[in-house]
Amino acid sequence: MKIIVCLKQVPESLDVRIDPETKRIVREGVKSIINPYDTYAIEEGIRLKERFGGEVISISMGPPQAEEALKEAIAMGVDDGVLLTDKKFAGSDTLATSYTLSCGIKKIGNFDIIICGRETLDGSTGQVGPEVAEFLNIPYVTYVSKIENISEDVMECIRLMEDHYEKVKVKLPVLITVVKEINEPRIPSLKGLLKAKKAEIKKLTAEQIGGDEKFFGQDGSPTRVVDVWTQELKKEGKVIEGEAEDLAEEIVKQLKEMGVV
Amino acid sequence: MIKVIYEKCTLCKVCIDVCPFDAIEIKDNKIFINEKCTLCGLCVKNCPEKALYKEEKKKEEIDTSKYQGIWFFAETKDGSISPVSYEMLSACLKIKEKLNQEISGVLFGENVSSLAPDLIKRGCDNVYVIKSEKLENFREQTFADAFSKLINKYKPNIVIAAATMIGRSFIPSVAAKIKTGLTADCTDIDIDEETGLLVQTRPTFGGNLMAKIICKYHRPQMATIRPKIFSPAEVIDGKDGNIIEENIEIEDDGNVEILGREKVENVVDLQEAEIIVSGGRGMKGPENFDIIKEFASLLGGAVGASRAAVDSGWIPYPHQVGQTGKTVKPKIYIACGISGAIQHLAGMQTSDFIIAINKDREAPIFKVANLGVVGDLFEVVPLVIKKIKQIKGG
Repeated sequence: MKIIVCLKQVPESLDVRIDPETKRIVREGVKSIINPYDTYAIEEGIRLKERFGGEVISISMGPPQAEEALKEAIAMGVDDGVLLTDKKFAGSDTLATSYTLSCGIKKIGNFDIIICGRETLDGSTGQVGPEVAEFLNIPYVTYVSKIENISEDVMECIRLMEDHYEKVKVKLPVLITVVKEINEPRIPSLKGLLKAKKAEIKKLTAEQIGGDEKFFGQDGSPTRVVDVWTQELKKEGKVIEGEAEDLAEEIVKQLKEMGVV
Repeated sequence: MIKVIYEKCTLCKVCIDVCPFDAIEIKDNKIFINEKCTLCGLCVKNCPEKALYKEEKKKEEIDTSKYQGIWFFAETKDGSISPVSYEMLSACLKIKEKLNQEISGVLFGENVSSLAPDLIKRGCDNVYVIKSEKLENFREQTFADAFSKLINKYKPNIVIAAATMIGRSFIPSVAAKIKTGLTADCTDIDIDEETGLLVQTRPTFGGNLMAKIICKYHRPQMATIRPKIFSPAEVIDGKDGNIIEENIEIEDDGNVEILGREKVENVVDLQEAEIIVSGGRGMKGPENFDIIKEFASLLGGAVGASRAAVDSGWIPYPHQVGQTGKTVKPKIYIACGISGAIQHLAGMQTSDFIIAINKDREAPIFKVANLGVVGDLFEVVPLVIKKIKQIKGG
């Protein structure tokens, strides 16, 4: 079985604050990590390989430094990493990102299952998984919380909806996006870390993955960010202390005022 | 592309500081924009020397006048219209005030015709109904197939859907089929009066940044909108409209089959709930969640939880509120024994009114609470429950 895991390198800290003097946005901490949701995808890929045999390849689009994230995936147990990196990919929105990833995945070829995290920590759109499946013209299932079985060319899985779970049977090849309930990602072993250190990440450019250049990067992105600002949350809250009886009374008073009691 | 006018640049590094994506560095004593750039424009906005600008390549202009109408996908649930669909209609009505185009709702399912008049009464000019047993249960591929065919046939200008699990699952596929832009999880939409373009506002970067996004050269302009932002559309007296039953051939998707369903107890759809009572690490164990459940059910609300409580196995994952769980915006959010880690706050801090009960006066949850209660939840909450029962009983 050939499993492909899509991952993204994201900033570890999403904290931004406004410098009171200059009124500018300042961001602290610049360490990059694997998008936390993608770690569940990586873990599930490795578990499927352990259960059914085969290989797991992780793929990412990003700047050359993103190879670190692919190496981390190898440390966890992924066999290989492919990085799609090219200046032409800069400024990609979700549509261009998905198109680019789908070209890279076609280049890898012959896959049975593609696993993505349900969304990224920084962009949080959740759109790339479904759009990649669409570009590859394969079925997909979002928010998968459990893979029950895979036999021949069929996968049975459980997917989470707002207020219920659904058991779904889907034909391979398939793309799934997974939620954190699916597993607990492992910590890389010493052996894994050594393997990752030596691993060569394959880097592919726009030309190497093929596809139509007008769908890459900024040119291939229908959406444009026209403004960005920080959201200031001003809560004029009060904090009360005292005897439990009085505190409870205060809460009930508040709920009454709001008309819910 | 972001371009640098090197003659103006003083290497003050302001752009490097403001870039949320680490996309700017100094190479050979020059500002260099790397591949991480998302074209957010913060550097352009903040450069004191005006040494940066956004370069737009000329695009093939499409004839946007061919695309008319404001559409929304009307989600249904158990044979009725989901409340969130009325919110989408409300968003369309806001747009219609500035962009005088007709509003159309789109209904999918086997027996949905009877639901159409209600949408008209609340403001739809048209309702497209696709009656098919293939659309009775949600499946990404069949929904995306039907919706994209309908869009290609009628060419609407704007298409919106709720950012629910259904909307977020199949709308991206529709956008990819049509090859147009889609903005996820908007918290506001508006029309730019000069250009008539849809301006889509969404939180990004864990809710720490807000972005305005447009889709200039592609149609339709598509967005998913978070639940609980717009108030549901009300009945308008005498409102009239057309119901159009569409016969669209939907590809029979033999790839996906739903084998069964299992309800999650007490979740009652966190994103739809007006009141949420959540428990965190301070609950100390699974058995204590009974207090939370009782409190929530007394208020007619849903039960939420922090990541700590879910990771400890006290309550299942569908209840989790926060970055790796659900983003909620109820009228009242009551946090019991939740310290308020950033990842939890990201999922609930835009709630209309937050009540926090925590023993630790220094807990970060108090920074976002409208009413912070420093006390032992095991003493306070049972007293609150008792008092509410007394009020209800008498």
